[in-house]
Amino acid sequence: MSEPMTMLDGARAADGLTCEIAERGPVGQITLKGDLAAPALSDAVRAITGTGLPAPLSALFEGEAGTVWMAPDEVLLLLPHAQVGDAVIRLSQALEGHHHMVLDVSDARAVLRVSGKGAQELMAKGAPCDVSDSAFPPGTARRTHFAEIAVGLWRREATVWELVCFQSYAPHLFAWLVGSAAEGTEVGYFDR
Amino acid sequence: MNQRVADGTLIDRTREIAFEFNGTRLKGHPGDTLASALLANGKRMVGRSFKYHRPRGIVASGAEEPNALLGIGRGPRFEPNQRATNTELFDGLQAQSQNHWPSLEFDVGAINASVASVAPVFSAGFYYKTFMFPKIAWKHVYEPFIRQAAGLGKAPSEADADTYEHFHAHTDVLVIGGGIAGILAAKSAAAEGAEVLLVEQAPHWGGRALVDSEEIDGKPTADWVSAEIAALEGLPNVKLRSRCMGAGLYDHGYAMLYERVADHAPQAGVPRHRLWRVRAKQIVVASGAIERPLTFAYNDVPGVMLASAVRDYLGLYGVAPGQSMVLAANNDDAYRTALAMIAAGLSVEAVVDTRREVTGALPQAVREAGVRVLPGHGIAKVHGKTEVHAVEIGRLSGAGRLLGGTEKVYCDLVAMSGGWSPVVHLFSHCGGKLRWDDAAAMFRPAPERAAPLGHDGAVNTHCAGAANGALQAAECMADALAAGAAAAGGKSTTKPPKIDAPEEAPMEPHWFTPAAGKLNTGTKHWVDFQNDVTAADVRLAAQEGYESVEHTKRYTTLGMATDQGKLSNINGLALLAAELGKKIPEVGTTTFRPPYTPISMGAITGRNRGPLFKAIRQTRMHGWHAEHGASFEPVGDWYRPYAFLRPGETRAKAVTREILNTRENVGLLDASTLGKIAVKGPDAATFLDLIYTNMMSSLKIGRCRYGLMCTENGFLFDDGVVVRVSEDEYLLHTTSGGADRVHGHLEEWLQTEWWDLKVHTANVTDQWAQVAVAGPKARTVIEAAGVDADISAEALPFMSWIETRIAGCPVRIFRISFSGELSYEIATPANYGLALWHALLDAGADHSIMPYGTEALHVMRAEKGFIMIGDETDGTVTPQDLGLSWAVSKKKTDFIGKRAMERPDLIRADRKQLVGLLTENPREVIPDGAHAVDQITAPPMRTIGHVTSTYFSPSLGHSIAMALIERGSERMGEVLTFPLEGDKVLKARVVDPVFLDKEGARQNV
Repeated sequence: MSEPMTMLDGARAADGLTCEIAERGPVGQITLKGDLAAPALSDAVRAITGTGLPAPLSALFEGEAGTVWMAPDEVLLLLPHAQVGDAVIRLSQALEGHHHMVLDVSDARAVLRVSGKGAQELMAKGAPCDVSDSAFPPGTARRTHFAEIAVGLWRREATVWELVCFQSYAPHLFAWLVGSAAEGTEVGYFDR
Repeated sequence: MNQRVADGTLIDRTREIAFEFNGTRLKGHPGDTLASALLANGKRMVGRSFKYHRPRGIVASGAEEPNALLGIGRGPRFEPNQRATNTELFDGLQAQSQNHWPSLEFDVGAINASVASVAPVFSAGFYYKTFMFPKIAWKHVYEPFIRQAAGLGKAPSEADADTYEHFHAHTDVLVIGGGIAGILAAKSAAAEGAEVLLVEQAPHWGGRALVDSEEIDGKPTADWVSAEIAALEGLPNVKLRSRCMGAGLYDHGYAMLYERVADHAPQAGVPRHRLWRVRAKQIVVASGAIERPLTFAYNDVPGVMLASAVRDYLGLYGVAPGQSMVLAANNDDAYRTALAMIAAGLSVEAVVDTRREVTGALPQAVREAGVRVLPGHGIAKVHGKTEVHAVEIGRLSGAGRLLGGTEKVYCDLVAMSGGWSPVVHLFSHCGGKLRWDDAAAMFRPAPERAAPLGHDGAVNTHCAGAANGALQAAECMADALAAGAAAAGGKSTTKPPKIDAPEEAPMEPHWFTPAAGKLNTGTKHWVDFQNDVTAADVRLAAQEGYESVEHTKRYTTLGMATDQGKLSNINGLALLAAELGKKIPEVGTTTFRPPYTPISMGAITGRNRGPLFKAIRQTRMHGWHAEHGASFEPVGDWYRPYAFLRPGETRAKAVTREILNTRENVGLLDASTLGKIAVKGPDAATFLDLIYTNMMSSLKIGRCRYGLMCTENGFLFDDGVVVRVSEDEYLLHTTSGGADRVHGHLEEWLQTEWWDLKVHTANVTDQWAQVAVAGPKARTVIEAAGVDADISAEALPFMSWIETRIAGCPVRIFRISFSGELSYEIATPANYGLALWHALLDAGADHSIMPYGTEALHVMRAEKGFIMIGDETDGTVTPQDLGLSWAVSKKKTDFIGKRAMERPDLIRADRKQLVGLLTENPREVIPDGAHAVDQITAPPMRTIGHVTSTYFSPSLGHSIAMALIERGSERMGEVLTFPLEGDKVLKARVVDPVFLDKEGARQNV
């Protein structure tokens, strides 16, 4: 009975859609706030995710792990769910004496992955920011609004995008994405 | 009656498609518009007018069409007021004409109007003058009549079956309009390396040039257009979109486009319309120009059309709008229509030109074809009711009035041209100013006066081609090339294509041809076809003292219909100026506002309809709630169970059951929506002492404290329990709807005022699912669920908390109570939320556990006299007003709101204060918001306060209420008077707002 379960419980949709839309299930997520210029902080991050500190509006990935720039004093660490508890302790130890905040937010946010040919266009249907290849190449990350709610949005690969939102909004976001990605709704804007 | 005379550029005559008009099956060709297909079938009368129900026909061939508004589709796909000229024909299209009963041919309204025409019914200001007296008649006589008669078309009666969506795009240069100007502007912008998006409202490219220019660069125009479009399509930095109208321009290069994706080919799963929200660094408006009608008597009879429309129907669709034509013009361009008629083998009876001298090359060509050209002539009157059958023409005086006798010329078609007006709408949407060009008699963009600006304050919108007043093809193309290159930050070096256009003599403005003799034949010189406004209406408005064009517009309704005066504005303006003895620029123009033509409500809504109408938040237990009878209510963005209804139970009964069970046994509340904010840093305690009115630095680790937050003005705006996690870390609970607001408040103060404090904050509301277990058996249930820690009164006293596990779920247990019962609020990482909920329910099964909803929560807190933000507060209420002075520190040197609390207004003795109320009749519940008065008098009565919360308390067996009453604390025991609806008066006694267990014996066990 006490198995943790995400809001969408790994929901997935692809039939009749221009892309696959899937909730990734439990994903280890840690909010780290502090002085991003401090070497201690970047060292601590590298020890957890294997990446350096991303520049503003970008994200760095190492396999499934990654570090996403969220604000001038905030990054989001992505890691396998099983490693979160240990990672929080290690980060807190590494940053002792530095003013910082480490929070396990794995349960707070749903991670939705949108992948496939129609993914980019689907992002442009929901997000007001420029998601073209030149403005939003893989490795770009934005906090923006999407389908009327606040999201984090990053591009892992050319056709792989991830959105994070508060879990309580995840059913809305998932339904909106599926409803907007039906075959027949292609815009053809990014086709070349 | 087939009026198809030739192959049109746009249609495919090898294929036929069927459509329906007023129930009759008709045929057209792919490429037809509904208007061209109707004309091809001899249907010239397509509707009846708005006020007078006069027969009306197709006037134009594009977006400016005022008359041919039809209802398209059936049932859930019906939409009224669609312009036939912009409706592409498709197989199975169903169209209905509007504004008549019982039929288009025979209409009762028209008879009424003709009977009434002896009096100036519906003349300017008719509504304002007529329906004033007696007052009562408005509601019972006038309004029902007007409602029945007013409005164009019928509203759809079923929900829209189609889907719609939005799309965001970003580009360097947005070019609006796909005529020769737009094509060349896009080309020259692209040559500079810019990313270009070129959009065109029609399904085809080329604009007017397809009809008005024979050859460009030595190629037939259609071929030149195809080649240019193909070349643009081949460029990696150009995107093209037809059927996509520039609907509105807004600040900083934000543009709204309206794409009609599937109107022409309805298909399940394909969105009907797509609304584009574009951010462009630069915008080129190449939206062309619109021809103006001439204002003569009965210029609204079906068969009177714009000259340009007549040649469009001939050239683009191979349709003859009539067999024999009279052309009325004040410019050379209109003669192209005479030439087109002649080329199609049709007859031109005469050309009347208001100019005294007509010498241009185009008129000359018409003369050489043997057509009678009459300079200095105009149309006195049109004969015919549902169709033109003749016109009277006559010589004009220098002042433009008819002189002497007239001649009757038989014809079935009148083409008219009063010159051209650049489509300056989009340029004007966002602050672009215009200037009057006297020579060309038109308003043209005046960027030197004002133009739309980008975020950097530089001009970002440029008009090009005809939209910029460059009406002649050669100058239009040069202007467009320059505008496109400039938008891309360069200078065009491309030579304009060669075009062999005849030289045109200047036009001469001519605004009004009054019928012979008196000013009017009847009163019917139409200025605004769609809203039935005549020259006499404009004159009347001027005579009655209307000087401003904006006022005249509203008084006469000129330019107020769905076409927003695309054909009528300039003519109306000129008439008004003439009546006032002013120049046109002195009268000014009305304001152009988006959208350029009406766009569908569906497109504006996009995907946000049905379940996606508004984003809602769900807790982890939402599904369980829904399966167990939850009747939900919105709280902020959340949906929370108001009560859990059992089969056959009303909401009220369920609430009573839930309350009594919680008071007697144990209840379970999903409290996950409670806002939670983590605050951490060496200065966290200092920061929270400034944020809360009470002291938080003295809170011990492991303890909880209720706290209040005020605004700078000293007014209470949020409350909740603060938890000290460690020396430098706190957890703040906020109201359910308030987490974002409170988090923003904290960050604002941290970032703008106390940036020297070392504090981080984070909204962790969604990280935790939270469950309140409340009631005498709460401890028993939690112990039964399997808790790893001692939760006895000694180990976990009231207002303390611990971290432990329940049934394997990691939890924080807070010993706090909003119900007044023994209560534990248990937070678990949200992914365990449902598991914890089940564990507690299972453990409570033997102890009569029941879930309870928000209403039970509200009643129980009111029984305890606990305030609710938003009920007892409204942004003007202080903690002191609510008897919460104990939670306002007198020791602290500062906190937000402290200084304001010393203002005279916040300490005056007669402020409203929170009291409890007991009604004289214990069964009677005072309506929420009811006002107490000093004494019953004739209204208005002086009110001394109002009810803020009111319930029937099942625990106490009588009605209870809370109220904010002047000097409330001095009124204990006083009986207050509440006048209610229907002269009813209710009495209630002022009591302490804590109705139940003032000592707290129930919760401290």
